[in-house]
Amino acid sequence: MRALLLNAGHLLRAARRLVPARGTGGGRPGAFPWRPAPPARARRWLRLTNARLVSQATFFALFVFFCWATWTSRLGGYPVSRLLELDPLVTIATALSTGTVYRALGWGLLVLGITLLFGRVFCNWICPYGTLHQLVGWLFNTRPQPARIESNRYRAVFYLKYALLVVFLVMASLGALQIGLLDPIVMMYRALATVFSPASDMLVDGTGSALGRVGVDARFLDGLRFAPGVEARIFVGSFWVGVIFLALAAANLYVPRFFCRVLCPLGALLGVFSRFALFRINRDVHKCTDCNLCLTRCEGAADPQGAVRLSECFACMNCIDDCPEDALSFSLLGLDTQQVVAAPDLSRRKLVFAGIAGLLGFPLLRNNGQSNDANFSPRLIRPPGSVAEAQFLAKCIKCDQCINVCPTNVLQPATFAEGGFEALWTPVMNFNIAHCQFKCTLCSEVCPTGAIRKITVEEKLGKGPYEKQGPVVLGTAFINTTRCLPWANQIPCVVCEEVCPVSPKAIQTWDEETKDVFGNLVVLNKPFIVPDLCIGCGICQAECPVQDDPAVYVTAVGESRSEQRRLLLRKRTVAT
Amino acid sequence: MSHNTIQHPDYRRAPMTRRQLLRRVAAATGLGGAAAYLGLAPEGWPLSLRDGSGLRAVPRPQPFRLRDFRVPRPAGAADVGIGRTGDVTTRLRKALDAVGGLAHYVQPGDIVLVKPNVAFDRSPNLGATTHPEILEALVRMLLVDARAQEVRVADNPIESPADCFAKSGVRAATEAAGGRIYLPDGNAFSKLHTPGAKLIEHWWFFQRPFSNVDKVIGIAPVKDHNLCFASMGIKNWYGLLGGRRNQFHQDIHEIVSDLSIMIRPTLTILDGTRVLMQNGPTGGDPSNVKAGDAVLAGVDPVALDAWAFEHLLERGTDYPRYLFKAEEKGSGRMDWRGRVREVV
Repeated sequence: MRALLLNAGHLLRAARRLVPARGTGGGRPGAFPWRPAPPARARRWLRLTNARLVSQATFFALFVFFCWATWTSRLGGYPVSRLLELDPLVTIATALSTGTVYRALGWGLLVLGITLLFGRVFCNWICPYGTLHQLVGWLFNTRPQPARIESNRYRAVFYLKYALLVVFLVMASLGALQIGLLDPIVMMYRALATVFSPASDMLVDGTGSALGRVGVDARFLDGLRFAPGVEARIFVGSFWVGVIFLALAAANLYVPRFFCRVLCPLGALLGVFSRFALFRINRDVHKCTDCNLCLTRCEGAADPQGAVRLSECFACMNCIDDCPEDALSFSLLGLDTQQVVAAPDLSRRKLVFAGIAGLLGFPLLRNNGQSNDANFSPRLIRPPGSVAEAQFLAKCIKCDQCINVCPTNVLQPATFAEGGFEALWTPVMNFNIAHCQFKCTLCSEVCPTGAIRKITVEEKLGKGPYEKQGPVVLGTAFINTTRCLPWANQIPCVVCEEVCPVSPKAIQTWDEETKDVFGNLVVLNKPFIVPDLCIGCGICQAECPVQDDPAVYVTAVGESRSEQRRLLLRKRTVAT
Repeated sequence: MSHNTIQHPDYRRAPMTRRQLLRRVAAATGLGGAAAYLGLAPEGWPLSLRDGSGLRAVPRPQPFRLRDFRVPRPAGAADVGIGRTGDVTTRLRKALDAVGGLAHYVQPGDIVLVKPNVAFDRSPNLGATTHPEILEALVRMLLVDARAQEVRVADNPIESPADCFAKSGVRAATEAAGGRIYLPDGNAFSKLHTPGAKLIEHWWFFQRPFSNVDKVIGIAPVKDHNLCFASMGIKNWYGLLGGRRNQFHQDIHEIVSDLSIMIRPTLTILDGTRVLMQNGPTGGDPSNVKAGDAVLAGVDPVALDAWAFEHLLERGTDYPRYLFKAEEKGSGRMDWRGRVREVV
């Protein structure tokens, strides 16, 4: 609260900082007694930091735009997954876990190439999550000057991200992909899709209904909705996504760029490569007066005032602006080879410990048996096109892009209940909310890693060239005759038969005319499932009037992605 | 003054004046009194927030009434018109001419709501949804021939609205002809009061497209239905219901006949050129669809459905029970004999 109140003054000061004060201003207590002489007007605008701001704003806007465009009526060929595919941690970790590079994941190498040229520019020029943390840190920063410098000094705990990277990569090479827990692009997407988009839609809806009450048709607001044309969406596992997101954002108030400096495994990966970068920050020791002003806004806490830590530096270029002596530069030639710490701060001991943690982490994740076929959960129903569960967990980064694109809202971020810790936030189908739409394969189209393989509607429905292998089966429906209205309560219903999309229908009925308990003549169409025809789309469950624990329900058995989970030895056909 | 306070010798106290004190007391009394009034005044008093029963806080949406959109047919015209030959546009025109012509029902400058059946995410050839061809013809006629100010096309599908409108071809057809699509989102529904309805006297209704509408036209395919035997012109209005509408299958004939009094459309149009003969209402296989040659238009939805049941679905005169109920509720007469004009 205090931070907010102080904020207005802070903004003013920040604005003033963009145009340095002339001469030797600043009689304010706590401020340094002098300011650098103003540069020429052209130099003031043509600064690397301004170029950086433009780049950050562009990529941030692009990221939100792609999330907005990931909707059935907007996907007009935009490469909406591109920023996820640009993420080299996704490329490398999935290459380790699967031995392959899926579809457009090769784009990640571009970022590695950029890193080899310019260092970790990704972190402060491209990464939208980094931009967000920088923005939060800047907006709520109320530290007076000496504390600012101190807050940006390197701390020993920053090694942690390298240790986490090692743990994740070791687990990935064994087949458990968990980078999505902390990968910044993935975290940002997940939070945007499952926390911010429903919040934003709620706001737009509230505005719309307020306008509606005063007689204004609020259709023009539809463009602002992430999911236009449907009622408010549900995201089951999003609570902790939001809490973690907010906590990490708040951490910036205590340690600036806390996530980026301490936790980010992608930053760690780039830090490993940035030691070889051709361009870097260089300090001219003869010009430097050791005033430490370069630390005032140092985003990476990379020690520009001493030997610059290449693996920590985000190339934000703030130190160049803040140096009153022009001692700092971002350059290729004339680098002082003594004023640099190239390697990440990870001792061999810590490296070995992290490796062991990764080796132990894998069995720890897999001990529940939910990823193999011996103890699979009936509720773990994967979207159409998903590869078998073990491969799925080797590929899914939990970015939740499939969940964002799903037009019916059936796809949900999993909680611990469906697949344990390993499957946390991966997409599962919740047929109590909605159903898997017959002719829709959008989730398979946007999946950046191939956990949901790109399939066509023909392949999903087993038509044309896929006639022989049959449709993609997500699970099998069953009837709970103790809750079904015609079976248990002598009340006519059969919504399930009506909505069953396959032809011939996989839900058929025993028809029976009888007298009910009140003596009225009723025709009961008692439904039964034909598992040979059922594709597990779940529309019967979604539409069942026994809503909370539906009388017709789909479980994972019979899903076509795994032979071990087969239900029928062979599918029956019409008798001849 | 406490004893251990260290007072600077230069310090001068600034005691509160009488005026300040009075002001403070007055403000406290005023705010406290106002709060006491809001919280404690009896419920009927103006601005009182008191809720003795706990029921005052229960939200009670004000139900709205839908007006009667019917227009009496001109003298000499039939109740049901059937267009037999030519392309779909010609057939539609013939059917409309038989009931008095579209210009009789829609005045220049009218806002017209067209309600197709877009219940499922199906391609048009499967017969589960209103065919885009006839819809496009109708919207064009409304805008060009009848000079309607605006044509809105709305439905609340079972599957994802955007996809249903896209894959059924309804979106493309509407936009090509110059109409506007309304999709059901969170703000689209209000409670409708339908006097005389048994199941939906007060029920959630897809209201947004109805604001300022002058005329309403239903345009439906003719389909087999697993539960109520046939889904035609009256059953089409199901797509305007919101809420947990799947409960109505427990008394499907009552709800369908309720629909016939929920909305009194200006015209009902049935597309008898692609009839879904079995596996309805979803269909799913082109072999379920039979080609027909009739397009129907009429002002009596009950007669229209009865004729289509008999001649298009070929189910004889064993009409579904909801038609009898609709007739009882005064929505029309099943006996179409002598009220139909076929134009070849």
